Amino acid sequence: MNNSYLSFHDRARKNEVILLAHGSGGKLSHDLVEKKFLPFLANPVLNKLDDSAIFEASGHLAFTTDSYVVNPIFFPGGDIGKLAVCGTVNDLAMSGATPLYLSLSAIIEEGFPLGELEQIMQSIKATTEEAEVKIITGDTKVVNRGQADKIFINTSGIGIIPPGIDIAGANAKTGDKVILSGTIGDHGIAIMSQREGLKFSIPIGSDCCPLSKLVSEMLDASPIIHCLRDPTRGGLATTLNEFARQSNVGIVIEEDKVPIKEGVRAACELLGFDPIYVANEGKLVAIVDPCEAEKVLVRMRQNKYGKDAAIIGEVVNDHPRRVIMKTKLGPSRIVDMLSGELLPRIC
Amino acid sequence: MKFIDEYQDSKLAKGLAGRIAGRSTKPVRLMEFCGGHTHAILRYGIRQLVPKTVEMRSGPGCPVCVTATADLDKSIALAHLPEVIITTFGDMMRVPGSYSSLQQAKAEGADIRIVYSTTDAVEIAKANPEKSVIFIGIGFETTAPTIAASIIKAQQEKIENFQVLSLNKLTPPVMKALLGLGEVKLDGIICPGHVSVIIGSYPYKFIPQNYGVACVISGFEPLDILLCIDKLVEQFENGQPRVEIAYLRGVKPEGNRKALQLMEEVFETGEANWRGIGIVPQSGLKIKRKYECFDAEKAFSGLLRFARNDKPVREPKECRCGDVIRGAATPLECKLFRRVCTPESPVGPCMVSSEGACAAYYQFCG
Ligand code: SF4
Repeated sequence: MNNSYLSFHDRARKNEVILLAHGSGGKLSHDLVEKKFLPFLANPVLNKLDDSAIFEASGHLAFTTDSYVVNPIFFPGGDIGKLAVCGTVNDLAMSGATPLYLSLSAIIEEGFPLGELEQIMQSIKATTEEAEVKIITGDTKVVNRGQADKIFINTSGIGIIPPGIDIAGANAKTGDKVILSGTIGDHGIAIMSQREGLKFSIPIGSDCCPLSKLVSEMLDASPIIHCLRDPTRGGLATTLNEFARQSNVGIVIEEDKVPIKEGVRAACELLGFDPIYVANEGKLVAIVDPCEAEKVLVRMRQNKYGKDAAIIGEVVNDHPRRVIMKTKLGPSRIVDMLSGELLPRIC
Repeated sequence: MKFIDEYQDSKLAKGLAGRIAGRSTKPVRLMEFCGGHTHAILRYGIRQLVPKTVEMRSGPGCPVCVTATADLDKSIALAHLPEVIITTFGDMMRVPGSYSSLQQAKAEGADIRIVYSTTDAVEIAKANPEKSVIFIGIGFETTAPTIAASIIKAQQEKIENFQVLSLNKLTPPVMKALLGLGEVKLDGIICPGHVSVIIGSYPYKFIPQNYGVACVISGFEPLDILLCIDKLVEQFENGQPRVEIAYLRGVKPEGNRKALQLMEEVFETGEANWRGIGIVPQSGLKIKRKYECFDAEKAFSGLLRFARNDKPVREPKECRCGDVIRGAATPLECKLFRRVCTPESPVGPCMVSSEGACAAYYQFCG
């Protein structure tokens, strides 16, 4: 019997790691929910612990879901819990909805430290409070070692779209301005910097944050926002291409208008990445009526998540379905969607 | 970290472009050796900035692209051996071999893991003592020192289940081979920045001396490259080719001693098989006898012979990667480019790797 086996069981005995029995539906399962989930999530709907959450809602509803399997689960500026709440809250916000309720479902690998679970729940609590959403239903499963990588989380969310709001990827019109809410690439580089073998000491934190308040303030400034999207995987380039294709328009952006942190730029340089393809978790791109753009921009800059917002380009009649970037050197180039995965250069 | 912006300043770029135009009186053909340079040149539209007299060709400096199909087949055969974990850079996964790819082998059940560096592979070996963990070692002088360091670490820590399939290649010998072929007449070479950080500038000396070709080492920022082109054109116009460093913030003439010592400790030179060029003597890095228990080629030679059926090596039909690598054709001259061959379904490695010329043309020359 080797040491790691012993220590695994020792720790398990002290209730410090997740055991298969935690997912059995028996006493340990109850304990887990009561001690590790409810204290962080408590609200009247959830507390009933019935088979379904029951609530009132009416009007134009938005509904979305996403699963989070990020590795590493803790990274500078966030963790998988914060990400799981922000991701779904932001998806709702991008359709103009005010997020109301979330579900939370965790698949946990046997042996996962309870201390880390607590840390994740703590950050879920903080993020739901900030975003003013409630988790009203949930589930936990424990799987054998090796059948999941530490912890996977799924969240779904429901929100209400206020009357008069019509935001969709197909709504961009010639002349519209393209607004970006802040610096790009922070999340992708923060995650990359933690990967084994790549560890570099650039103090870049993920930008992971809930954008629902920023969006409601933007809509308050002007309801004529045509498109909204958070450029997560695939980065800014992919989001702009989606807009161009869905709306059948061309988009031109200027490279030197796109805000980017020096550290991110240097890391991209080192890895051979183009920052416009690197993932973000707390940024949005808005396509806004040209007469309203300034107003929206000013309002965005008053929010801490929009303080670096900038108009980076516009929607044009030429080259429909294509995104063109004027480079810093002068010549323009086509910006395509990300194809395949972003991999560091070898040489 | 301020330097990067300075190097992208458009006024400086225009100034440099103007200087090149002023200098250049007759046609000059330059080759950028490195895939990273090809990428930057196309991304920043540098070809649009330089005068018509300056012709640019891409070279063999993409580690994934130059890996021979036979070596890929070997990697795939290794992946199918029982109790083996293959670790590799991500780009290698999708490169088609003769009959399969690492990606396909993985789908068929082989344990293949993408790593970002050899260090990861060593960690995987430590965590899986009951399996053999093989790292597919590709790259030029840039990746070799880390691979050497991992082998030394594995020896010190007695990690006996870690092996490297060394497909690492050397830059100056292949330049010699290309110039020796004489297929593409070159006037100047944009020498690779990162490789030169390791090897310095001395190893290129034979190029101006024996072949009369100008050599300037360049960084990867657009202004670095323009400055490099300017120096190459200047040398060419003066008829005085030599080795120059236009990347002073990164390259010392003697290179990086420590990295070179690491390589020296673990590797010796031997022949290597290059896609599109063939066997080039002294252009590969082989693991020394002293470390042979970490050499996948030796450790698995018996099993490999057994596992490999006698199917011949097959190159992808009509793919011109070989020509592209030698600078004898541009991707646009390939019939399959964009029509059949795209980054989503690549026919050859030059479309797979982010350092490949076909992928760069695809992305930036719409
Ligand atoms: S375009 Fe595709 S098929 Fe043609 S040379 Fe390049 S990789 Fe080969």
